[in-house]
Amino acid sequence: MQAFEYANPATLAEALKSLGSSWDEAQVLAGGTDIISLMKDDVAAPKRLVNIKNVKELGGIAPHAGGLRIGATATFDELATNAAVRTYPAIRTAVLGVASPQIRNMGTAGGDLCQRPRCWYYRAGFGLLATKDGQPLVPNGENRYHAIFGGGPAYFVSPSSLGPALIALGAKLTLESASDKRTVDAAKFFLAPGSETEREIDLKPNEIVTGILLPAAAGEKSATYEIREREMLDWPLVTASVALKISGGKVSSARVVLGHVAPMPWVAVAAEQYLLGKAISEATAEEAGAEAVKGAQPLSQNAYKVQLAKVAVKRALLAAAGKA
Amino acid sequence: MPDYHWPPMDQRRAIGKRVARLDGLQKSTGQAKYNSDLNLPGLLFGVLLTSPHAHARIKSIDTSQAEKLPGVTSLRVIQGAGKELNWQGQEIASVAATTENIARDAVRKIKVEYEVLPHLVKESDLGKAGTRAKAAGEVTTGDPEKAFQEADAVSEGLYAIPVITHCCLESHGQAVEWKPDGVNYYPSTQNLSAIGAELGRSIGVPAAQIHSHMDHVGGGFGSKFPPDLWGAECAQLSKASGGRPVRLFLDRKQELLIAGNRPSLFAKIKAGAKKDGTLTVWQSESWASGGIGGGGLNADALPYVFRNVENRKINHTSVSLNTGSARAWRAPSNQQLSFVTCSALDDLAAKLGMDPLAFFLKNVNLSNRPDVYKYQLEKAADLANWSKLWQGRGASKGPIKRGLGIGVSMWGGLGHDSKCKTTINPDGSVAVELGSQDLGTGTRTCIAQVAAETLGLPIAAIKVTIGDSSLPASGASGGSTTIGGVSASTRKSSVNALQKLFEAVAPQLGGNADQLEAVDGRIQVKGTPSKGLSWREACRKLGVSKIEEMGENVSRTAIRDGLINQGTAGVQIADVSVDVETGKVKVNKLVAVQDCGLVINPKLAESQVYGACIMSICAALLEERITDQQTGRVLNPDMEFYKLAGLADIGDIVVHMDIRPDMDKRGVIGLGEPPAIAGIAAIANAVANASGVRVAGVPLTPYRVLDALGRRTA
Repeated sequence: MQAFEYANPATLAEALKSLGSSWDEAQVLAGGTDIISLMKDDVAAPKRLVNIKNVKELGGIAPHAGGLRIGATATFDELATNAAVRTYPAIRTAVLGVASPQIRNMGTAGGDLCQRPRCWYYRAGFGLLATKDGQPLVPNGENRYHAIFGGGPAYFVSPSSLGPALIALGAKLTLESASDKRTVDAAKFFLAPGSETEREIDLKPNEIVTGILLPAAAGEKSATYEIREREMLDWPLVTASVALKISGGKVSSARVVLGHVAPMPWVAVAAEQYLLGKAISEATAEEAGAEAVKGAQPLSQNAYKVQLAKVAVKRALLAAAGKA
Repeated sequence: MPDYHWPPMDQRRAIGKRVARLDGLQKSTGQAKYNSDLNLPGLLFGVLLTSPHAHARIKSIDTSQAEKLPGVTSLRVIQGAGKELNWQGQEIASVAATTENIARDAVRKIKVEYEVLPHLVKESDLGKAGTRAKAAGEVTTGDPEKAFQEADAVSEGLYAIPVITHCCLESHGQAVEWKPDGVNYYPSTQNLSAIGAELGRSIGVPAAQIHSHMDHVGGGFGSKFPPDLWGAECAQLSKASGGRPVRLFLDRKQELLIAGNRPSLFAKIKAGAKKDGTLTVWQSESWASGGIGGGGLNADALPYVFRNVENRKINHTSVSLNTGSARAWRAPSNQQLSFVTCSALDDLAAKLGMDPLAFFLKNVNLSNRPDVYKYQLEKAADLANWSKLWQGRGASKGPIKRGLGIGVSMWGGLGHDSKCKTTINPDGSVAVELGSQDLGTGTRTCIAQVAAETLGLPIAAIKVTIGDSSLPASGASGGSTTIGGVSASTRKSSVNALQKLFEAVAPQLGGNADQLEAVDGRIQVKGTPSKGLSWREACRKLGVSKIEEMGENVSRTAIRDGLINQGTAGVQIADVSVDVETGKVKVNKLVAVQDCGLVINPKLAESQVYGACIMSICAALLEERITDQQTGRVLNPDMEFYKLAGLADIGDIVVHMDIRPDMDKRGVIGLGEPPAIAGIAAIANAVANASGVRVAGVPLTPYRVLDALGRRTA
């Protein structure tokens, strides 16, 4: 790890002033569960770390416009124990999926959205797009954990636990820089970079994710289903988050979002459309799963993730409808 | 000669008791100090620069910037310009500095130019190994061709078990303090008594001037015998830093890359049997690698346990890879042999439409201990509720399918050379000293139990000291030889010391020494408690001179003494659930039936088996070293993608120690390795039974299980 400067601001204004115009200049430190390992592995070497844990206005979980505001530095443990979060089962399950108390105690909501991909080529120093001598390493390499959707030139999968659930629930994110405030749909926050200099999220080096705004939970049935290799702390192989509005026993609105299958949370539009007007049953859930994976482009080793995505969608839908 | 034999089973008061380990509290509260915790005055931190490439030649190396860094006290080039590096992680230079961060900064400032050379880091496809593959053994017995023609059923399959690493929680390394009058050496080792002399040879210091000390070791599993290159480097860094102590332990990445591994094994197996299940013929073509040195195998050891099958045709190929080298891994070769053998036999049973339990029972005669395997198979089946739960392959209904599978093991044991000193002081206190090490198995506790049994004292009255090179030498803890070695030497030294005490008090008790016994803290005439003295009173008769007696176990002749023995058998049965929609495997239960002769401490023995079962579950479900042929890198040299099981992944473990009197009579036999062998095979077979298909390789992740189930939608 390169030596770095440490800024410890007490206010958001101060924190924003400490940021720079490039990622090399300064990066945000919240839970530190990712940035510290990136620095130890010499994948990131910011000159300054800006600790935002002491910025009060970035914390907390509170009612907001009929829904909920989750502060950027709210920890996963806070999310896991907060009563209001329980009314969003898709989020709660995603939170509990982060299966180590240590990570839940330290990791934050904002950090979950901004953490970097776990792609082993990226972590070994071959860049976000994982290339060697200009050639992409993933398609012909060890790609069992990589993307089955939206691959090329980026093949990593978005590591965010909250992302798919937030998108399914129609959440918005608030972002601030010293000179600007903006609100973006969670669905538009995640990006597939087209070059090594681009990021996988819509965040500028001088911005901080300040919070998450969730719409009212009422009337929405949501669930997340996660498949991972081990029960102990592990990255999911695939997750599916769904949110349904059901009237008269039929689906009137559906959101189906897959996690860990693409460089960003992957909205399964075909599955959403298929579900409209259907009652949720084993058969329709299965069919929705099949719709969700249409167009998947698995790599040499990860076709099994197509099957996992299909099953995750099915099981998430049945869970949301209370039929699991 | 005094009678060293173990007291009869029903008369033992300390041996065979479920005593909690003596250092358990220390370890669980963090008071136990490992040498990687050591913080000596003036301590410097050593860090290695290692190769990022699998195969390269060093064109140039420039250390000038690193050497200038304030806080750097010494820097050494291990591999200079022109040298060839043959695996990722190979050592290039070492640095000592006043803080770990400075040492790491310095390592980063060493500029190395490499000429990258072609590499091979994957052996799964033997066709791609080219000249890196070398014939490594061939065996033919009987007439395999004819036997296949005559067989009623023939089964064929490919079975693969990958390279895994040891994952010692305490990484490899040491602290060394090179003073003018000698070298203080604080290793993390399985070989405390002899490792100092080995270090001495590599740094040119006489063994007599090296003092080695280690109270605890955080895991070895076969990978911590030699001082290694980094031991010598650490010593040289200390010397070059004016004798200040240097602590150099591998970081986790280096630990996974260069601190050893268990070689892989890939085997194409064809086996045939008669209708009644009798195995008649075995044919296998296998290959393996454990790194640059390839992956040898004793071809004659196949089929494992059932080796006495009449017709065999076996050949093995060793593949050299540009990866860190193999080391002994808790029963070297045996997991691999057990896995490929039991998998192939399970498939053959399925082909015959036969219950694998019946199949294995039918073939116990092909093993060297038929009666023991028969007993153990039946016992394990009983504990696993086999007769009620077992169904034919794939017969389990629903998406979550349950299945059972069997694995078997064998191992040697015996006891290494060991010398022990028992001291009885005039105040009655007792010290037992030997230069052994406790790998976490409970060696300390067992030594105390043997001495307490022998002297008729409570366990708390025995002060056991191990882990120092000034103590009587004890062998390396390898091959499951520690308990045999130390229990025999402790028994002998304690019997010898007691004999001296008897001689000292015999006159007063009006008899001769041979008529005395030590029971419940008293020295008395055999069977006459009224004619006796308390232990303290007896010791007071020693006046000012303490008793110091030695005892020795000599491995070569140990069996003659009747205290220890060799040869263990084990059977494990796994009960698993397989979600055939996701390929996720859950171990519901792993039953382990194990013999190891006379058991000094059943609680610690069971604990040893629990640990071994957990390792087997890790290896069966999760562990593999993943290499990338494009970059030559190991992609998971970390605890994130090199996955070990957590509590929630493990399931129930049921341990049954086979402590029947006939087993006890054999004497003490090592247990370190035997229980770590059969579990992988048992789990793999249970998954085949549940899912209805054979997954060619472990670990049994959705990646492989779904592939085998043919459910990939692409």
